[in-house]
Amino acid sequence: MKRKYPKGLVKNIKLVDREEYFCPGHRACQGCGEALAVRLMCKALGRDTVIACPTGCIEIFSTPYPTTAWKLPWIHVAFPNAAAVGSGVEAGLKVLRRKGKIPDRYVKAVAIGGDGGTADIGIQALSGAMERGHDMLYVCFDNEAYMNTGIQRSSATPFGASTTTAPAGKESIGNKTWKKNLPEIMVAHNVSYVATATNSHPIDFMNKVKKAREVKGTAYIHCLSVCPTGWRAAPELCIELGRLAVETGVFPLYEVENGRYRFTEMPGDLRPVEDYLKVQGRFRHLTPDQIKTIQDRVNLEYRKLMNKVEHPPPEL
Amino acid sequence: MSRRVGMEVAIAAAEAVALCNIDVAAVYPITPNTHVAEHLAEIVAEGRIDSEFITVESEHSALSAVLGAAGTGARTFTATSSQGLLYMQEVMPIASAMRLPVVMVIANRALSGPLNIWNDHSDIMLQRDMGWVSLFAENGQEVVDMLIQAFKIAEHREVMLPVNVNMDGFQLTHMVEPIELPDQAEVDRFLLEYKPYATLHPDRPITMGAFAMPEIFTEVMKAKDVAIVNAKKTILEVWKEWESLFGRKYEPVAAYKTEGAEVVLLTMGSMGETAEVAIDELRREGISAGLLKLKLWRPFPFKELKKAVKGVKVLAVTDRAVSYGGPGGPVCAEIRSALYDEPERPVIVDYIIGLGGRDVSVEDFITMGKRALEAKIKKPREAYKFYGVRGE
Ligand SMILES: Cc1ncc(C[n+]2csc(CCOP(=O)(O)OP(=O)(O)O)c2C)c(N)n1
Ligand code: SF4
Repeated sequence: MKRKYPKGLVKNIKLVDREEYFCPGHRACQGCGEALAVRLMCKALGRDTVIACPTGCIEIFSTPYPTTAWKLPWIHVAFPNAAAVGSGVEAGLKVLRRKGKIPDRYVKAVAIGGDGGTADIGIQALSGAMERGHDMLYVCFDNEAYMNTGIQRSSATPFGASTTTAPAGKESIGNKTWKKNLPEIMVAHNVSYVATATNSHPIDFMNKVKKAREVKGTAYIHCLSVCPTGWRAAPELCIELGRLAVETGVFPLYEVENGRYRFTEMPGDLRPVEDYLKVQGRFRHLTPDQIKTIQDRVNLEYRKLMNKVEHPPPEL
Repeated sequence: MSRRVGMEVAIAAAEAVALCNIDVAAVYPITPNTHVAEHLAEIVAEGRIDSEFITVESEHSALSAVLGAAGTGARTFTATSSQGLLYMQEVMPIASAMRLPVVMVIANRALSGPLNIWNDHSDIMLQRDMGWVSLFAENGQEVVDMLIQAFKIAEHREVMLPVNVNMDGFQLTHMVEPIELPDQAEVDRFLLEYKPYATLHPDRPITMGAFAMPEIFTEVMKAKDVAIVNAKKTILEVWKEWESLFGRKYEPVAAYKTEGAEVVLLTMGSMGETAEVAIDELRREGISAGLLKLKLWRPFPFKELKKAVKGVKVLAVTDRAVSYGGPGGPVCAEIRSALYDEPERPVIVDYIIGLGGRDVSVEDFITMGKRALEAKIKKPREAYKFYGVRGE
């Protein structure tokens, strides 16, 4: 696929901002995809950014008092409310700038969260903020479970994954529900920009963050963030797992600009999902039949997405 | 120059907040504070103040948004009642731990269930230990005055804590009262510009709300406690200044005809005005009765209370909330404990009264005063007594 890089976007990893806004010394596990993704996001956002963060791995590994990994202004309030806090930050910066109480410079309000803080307990605040159309970016770092409290299932946990509250057993496949499709829920909110991303595709992710930063209005990025600890995989597989998620079609990379879908990474032929599942301990118990069920579902979801890409809504 | 207006108290509350030139408000409607939200939205919509009014989707988000805005250095406001206050509870102790000077007006209302929209104090009493400065208004004028004072107290460098102003739902919020509304210049002179200490801005990046391990958590809690205890000094100063500017006196424990009183009633909020009438009546009947009105709930005014009950034989506390199976209603339990070490403490009786909007009349106060006097001799006493229960 031939790529076009509009001005301001990253073409090459060497052209990435050298400044670290998310600094070394934090306490994430080895090979944490979430920490890597946060770092990439910060690089793409740049200095004029304020971050609101809920309770979860990110908060815990980056801010044990009196240390902090953040070189950007950062605020944590509670678990369900990053989007609401972000709304307030945006409103505060806007009005103070208007009144001349802070420098007259655009500063982006960004709210972030894990999949639990986004898809479950925080979805009300998120939906509210998106619907109100704050000039804000929300990034979900989806590691597919409540990792901070010890790998409990969330509504973003995939079907068949074994977690501590949905364990696989003689009578159980593990998690019995299909992953909630948050990007679609956000598209339904008619926000200006929605994209999926993952920690293994740094340039793609950073460019999406940069695009979202420029959007006037609300933007949402859903970033699959590999969690070797919770996925029961070797830490060195972090990047490999992200790639496999994309190459198997389990986690397609696309963006939706004003309702128009576009793939940003297109694997030629999809690899079998088994390649992705078999390297993760959380899927170890699955039988060939169960893997087939997952494969069928992945195929179906992929076709649905293709259909949206191929049949965009008419231009207004 | 202040102007004298006849105004619904909830509307006047919004006017007072507007006079404070807030930067950001986020309010979610709930009876009986809805008029505050609506009128404030109107004021912003008319461009009378330059503020952001965030129409949040819940009270949880209202306080959260206000915290985010306060983090940027904005002057912020929210309002709620009852279930809404409970919904905010998760965020309340965080506001005080982060030392963000948010101001909130609470139109006090009973907690569900059964669902009840009318007044009592069960909502705020449950939030007693959130680390907020807590004031109780007796009438519309006090709501207006206390809201303006609240910003000055909250933003004082020595305080830096959230403040709530309590007004009885319906009994105050929906009453049209004569109110002296200060003018903008007066408020500007009184309430200086808010100069936040540290803010969320990239020019000086800071981390707000870092998580605390056991080795530091106690110190943060102690700092909050020291701040709220010390806040009393600021509150008294602010009230002194208010009195000198506007001639209206504010005290943590206001006394009415307590000199030489044998029995003293104690109220919080709007019941004080009814109780005054009862005291006059009791005095006419030859009973030396008096009244104390508690206006400062947090920090608790130990010194003033002890002074106020000197020589009093019987103290009858009225509680508009229940501590089910506890050692007294929330107010009485505290007053008993505050006076426990006094060498000569009064006999204390506790009446749970006026729950969920039940009317409390002058006659009720007269009866309570008389019964309290009898209680002096009858022992042992119950920890608390529901007053005026049907069929009893
Ligand atoms: C109201 C509330 N309920 C529960 C918790 C406990 N809790 C803290 S973090 C967390 C899970 C976080 O999961 P997620 O948002 O997916 O982020 P991750 O840690 O996986 O990055 C939970 C359940 C809490 N802090 N607050
Ligand atoms: S548990 Fe997972 S998400 Fe959390 S720090 Fe460890 S690897 Fe990262």
